[in-house]
Amino acid sequence: MSSNSVLDGAGSPSGTPGAATLLEVRDITTQFRTERGLVNAVNGVSFSLERGRTLGIVGESGSGKSVLSRSIMGLLPRSTTIRSGQVFFEGTEISGLNDSQYRKLWGDEMAMIFQDPMTALNPVMKIGNQITESLRFHLDMSKSDARDTAVALLKAVKIPEADKRFSSYPHEMSGGMRQRVVIAVALACGPKLLFADEPTTALDVTVQAQILDLLAEQQRERFMAMILVTHDLGVVAGRADEIAVMYAGRVVEQAPTDVLFREMKMPYTEALLAAIPKMDDPSHTRLSAIGGRPPDLVNPPRGCAFSPRCPYVQPRCHEEVPALTPSETTPSHSFACFYPVGSPETEAIRLDIAARRLMSTAPTPAQPSPPPFRPDDAPTGGV
Amino acid sequence: MLRPGVSDVAGSGTAHLRGTDDVLLRVENLTVDFPAGRKRKVSAVNNISFDVMGGETLGLVGESGCGKSTTGKAIMQLPPPTRGQVRLGGIDLTSLRGEALRRTRPKLQMIFQDPISSLNPRRTVSQIVEEPLKIWNIGTADERRAKVVDVLTSVGIDPQAAAERKPHEFSGGQCQRISIARAVITEPSLIICDEPVSALDVSVQAQILNLLEDMKARYGLTLVFVAHDLAVVKNVSDRVAVMYLGKMCEIGDPAALYSAPAHPYTRALLSAIPLPDPSAPLDTAHHLGGELPSPIDPPSGCRFRTRCDRAQDLCAQVEPQMRHVSGEQFVACHFPLQDVAEVVVTV
Amino acid sequence: MHTSRDTSITQLDPSSLPTIEAIEAPSSGHQDADSLGVGGWISIVWIGGLALLAVLAPVLPIPDPNESFPEIARMGPSSGHLLGGDAIGRDVLARIIWGTRSSFIVGFGAVAFGLILGGMLGLITGFFRGRIDSVITPLMNVMLAIPQFVLALSLVTVLATGEGVDSTRRLSVVVLGLGLVSIPLLGRITRANTLVWSEREFVLASRAMGAKNWRIMVREVLPNVVPAMLSIALLGVGIAIVAEGGLSLFGVGVQLPTPSWGNMIAEGRDQMRRAPHIVIFTSIVLFLTVMALNYLGDAVSRRFGVRESVL
Repeated sequence: MSSNSVLDGAGSPSGTPGAATLLEVRDITTQFRTERGLVNAVNGVSFSLERGRTLGIVGESGSGKSVLSRSIMGLLPRSTTIRSGQVFFEGTEISGLNDSQYRKLWGDEMAMIFQDPMTALNPVMKIGNQITESLRFHLDMSKSDARDTAVALLKAVKIPEADKRFSSYPHEMSGGMRQRVVIAVALACGPKLLFADEPTTALDVTVQAQILDLLAEQQRERFMAMILVTHDLGVVAGRADEIAVMYAGRVVEQAPTDVLFREMKMPYTEALLAAIPKMDDPSHTRLSAIGGRPPDLVNPPRGCAFSPRCPYVQPRCHEEVPALTPSETTPSHSFACFYPVGSPETEAIRLDIAARRLMSTAPTPAQPSPPPFRPDDAPTGGV
Repeated sequence: MLRPGVSDVAGSGTAHLRGTDDVLLRVENLTVDFPAGRKRKVSAVNNISFDVMGGETLGLVGESGCGKSTTGKAIMQLPPPTRGQVRLGGIDLTSLRGEALRRTRPKLQMIFQDPISSLNPRRTVSQIVEEPLKIWNIGTADERRAKVVDVLTSVGIDPQAAAERKPHEFSGGQCQRISIARAVITEPSLIICDEPVSALDVSVQAQILNLLEDMKARYGLTLVFVAHDLAVVKNVSDRVAVMYLGKMCEIGDPAALYSAPAHPYTRALLSAIPLPDPSAPLDTAHHLGGELPSPIDPPSGCRFRTRCDRAQDLCAQVEPQMRHVSGEQFVACHFPLQDVAEVVVTV
Repeated sequence: MHTSRDTSITQLDPSSLPTIEAIEAPSSGHQDADSLGVGGWISIVWIGGLALLAVLAPVLPIPDPNESFPEIARMGPSSGHLLGGDAIGRDVLARIIWGTRSSFIVGFGAVAFGLILGGMLGLITGFFRGRIDSVITPLMNVMLAIPQFVLALSLVTVLATGEGVDSTRRLSVVVLGLGLVSIPLLGRITRANTLVWSEREFVLASRAMGAKNWRIMVREVLPNVVPAMLSIALLGVGIAIVAEGGLSLFGVGVQLPTPSWGNMIAEGRDQMRRAPHIVIFTSIVLFLTVMALNYLGDAVSRRFGVRESVL
C-alpha cells in the first residue's frame, strides 16, 4: 500500500455534479478522421461514478468501449480525433485541458491499465524503476523513499521476492506477473480512479481470477473507483456494482448488476447473454447466435444501430434512434429501446424464442457413424 | 466399452483408452520435445494417451503452456512427435514418411485460431477453397468449381459475392467460415480445431460453434477441439481432457467432469471461470495461487504438485497414473477429489 | 445428411439456417489506397516515356549521337540542338536519349540479374532453412562484407579493360558485375521476408492439405514476398544507374563513344567551367529518373502491402 497517496480534498465542486460523485461524464462524443470517412466511435455517452464503486462497461469489438475510456482520460491523439462533451473529475471540468495539465492528473488522480501486459511495460527499463518514475514525478519523492514505496507496492500486488524483483526486466516475468507490475505502476501514486481496459483478456483464466481478486482487494483498501472495460459478461457479473452495455458507440443499457441480469430490457443484452455457452447446459446445446455483423461505424444504419440484427425489430426501429431512458419502475435501470424485452408488441416473438431455446437443450439425436478410414483410399476422383 | 486396465506403463498410463473397433484416432505415449538452447529440451507434451471414437468430439482444454496446441499439431505430424504413436483408423501415422504420409493428408485437416492469418492474403476465396482439390487432382475444373460453391454455401458464405474477393475484405467470423470450408472440402474423417473461436467476438463465436456442429453432422466428422474456454469446450464436446504442463490430468464426460471434478487442477480451473450470474458466489477458496513452473525443469512426480493444496511426499516421488473414477471419468492423481475405483485386472 | 433437428425448427430461427451472409462491397473510400497515386503514375509516365524514347532513338529526328558538329562544341542550347553540344560538338540531347539505352540496360539488367539469383537463394534459404540456410547465408554475409563498389570496379577492370575489349563486352561485364554485387543484399531481404511469411498459418494449412514443398513455396509464399522485392528492386535500379556513373568516373563504365548518363557526366566534368550545361542537363535527367524510381518503389510497396483486415 502506498504511503503517500495524494488525497487532495481541494477539488471544489463547481457546478452541478454532486459532492460524492468522483467522475461525471456528459454526452461524450468521439470521432476519428480516417481514409474512409468519419468514424463515429463514441456517440453521446453519459454516466457518473462515485468513489469506491465499480462500473463495468461491456461491449464487443467496435462498440466503442476502449475509445470511451481513453477519451475520458484524454489519451487520444489530437490530430485525428474530434471530441465533444464534458468530463468532470471531482467537480472540475477536465475535458479542455492541455497535455501538461493532463500529465498532472495521469498517474496521480486517475490511472489506466491496458490489455497487453507484454507491451504495456518498457522492455529496457527495470520494473522497479518504472514504478519509481511515477512516484518521483508526481509525489517528488527521494530516490530511497521511492524505492521503498515501490518494493512495498510489489509486495501488495503479491509478487514474490519483491526486493529482488525490483531489478528485473519485463521479459524475465510471466504474463500474469507483468500485469501485476502494471497494476503496481498504476496504483503507485494512489489514484482515485482506475480504468481497467480489458485487463485480463490476454491472460489465462486462473491468472485472470488472481488479477481480478487483486484488483478488488486494492480497490477496497484504497477506496478507489474503477471502470472495468471488458467483452466478458461473466467478468462484470462478479466484479462490478453497475454495468453499462455499449453497442455501436452508444450506451444501450445501464443498471446495477443484479438488476441487469434479473431483468434485461435491451434485446442486444439478452442476445449477448444467450450467445454465451453456459456451463450448466449439456453438450451440444444449440447456441442462440446473433445473426449478421456489428455495424459499420462510418455509415451506421438508420434508426437503431442494432435493428438489422434484432429479433424483435419493428418498423419504428429503422426510422428513429431510441434514446437512453430510465425505466419507469426502476429508475436506476436505463435502456435505449422502443420495444424492450417484455413489451406487448414483441411478446409473441419472445415466447417463440424461449420455446426454441428450450427445445435446443434437448439431447442430440444420434449421429450417423462415418465410414471407417482406410488410408489407401486414393482421394476420390470425381466429385 | 470400458475396461479397467493395468497401467504399468511409465508415464500417465493408458487405463482410459478404449479398445474397441469404433476408435478412429488412438494416440499412445505421445511426447513432443523442443530444443531449448544449450543442450536442454522442453517437453511440451509428455507421454499422453487418448482416443477418439468415430463421430465423437474430444475437447482438449488447458491454459498456456499445457501443450494442447502442440498435441493437435503432433497428431497432424506437423511436425511429427518425438515419441509415441498416432493411429488413425488403425494406421500408425508416426511410422509413415514422405509420400506415404502426404497421401493421408486429405483425411486429416486442421482449423486454426487466427482467421485472418490462416488464409493467403494474395489469393481469392475460391482459389483458397479449391486448393485442396487441385493439389490432389480431384475432379474436373467444372466439378471442382461446383464443389466449391456447394461448400461455401454450406458454411454460410454467398459464393457469388465472395468467390473473387480476398480475405482482407471479410470479417474474422467470415474468414473462419472460409477456413472451415477449405477444411471440409476433401471430406476428411478427422478435423483438429485449434482454438477456432478464441479470436472471435461472443456473438460470432456462437455462429461458428453452431456451424461446426452442422458441418460435423453433414460430413460425418470426428473432431478434436482444442481450447482454453471451458464453457465453449463443454458445448461442443462429448468427452473432455484437461491438460497441465504437458500432462493429461483428467478425462471424462463433460457433465460429470464439470460437476464433480476429480483433479484439483480441474477444480481450480472451474472455480476461476467468471459466470455471467451475479448471484453465483466467487469460489476464491479454490482459486489457483502461485506461478506456472518452468517447462524446462518441471516438478518431479506430479507436475501440478507445486500449486496443489493436497500435495504430499508421494506426489514428488511418483508420477500419478490414470485411474478410473466412475463412468467415463479417469484421473491422474494420487489424492483425487473423487473416489477412485481401485479394481485392477491383470490382462 | 442434415440432422432431423434442423428441419424441425421454425424458419425464423437465424441460428438454425446457415446464415447466408451478405458480403458488402468495399466502400468507395478504399479506392485511394488501392491505386498507385498521382505521383506513382507520373513516375511511370516519366520512366516509360524515357524507355520509349530510348527504343525509338534510331527513328527519332535527332542527330547521330556520335557525329561531331564543331560549330556547337561547348555551346549551350540553340535551335536545332536543344541541349547544346559537348566538348567535341556532339549533340547533348541525342546523347542523352541514346544514353538512356545504356543506363537502363545497366540499371534494369543488373537488378534483374541480382533479383532472380538473389531472390531464388533468399526464397530457398528462408523457406527450407536448416542445412541449406547454414551453408548459403554465411557465404552471402561474406560477400556483403566486401565493399560492393570496389568489387564491381575490380571485376570490370580485370575482365573488361585493355586490348580487344569491345563495347558490348564491357557493357555485359558492367551489368554482370553490378548484378553480382547486388545478389547478397537482395537475397538477404528476400530471405527475411520469406521467413516471416513462412511462419503464417496459411502455409501450415497448405502443408496440412498435403501440398508439396515447392508448391507451397511458389504458390503461397512467393506471391506475398514479391511486392516487397519489387519495391526494393525499383530502388535498386536507381542505385545501379548511379553506380554506373561511379564506374565511369574511374573510366570503366560504359565504353565510349557509346553514351551513358554516367560517362557523359564523367566526360563533362572537365568542361564544368566553360560548358556546365553538359553535366547539368544530364544530371537533371538522372536525378528525375532516380527520384521517379524511388517514388514508384514506395508506391508499389504501399499499394501491394497487405492489408490484414477490414476491421
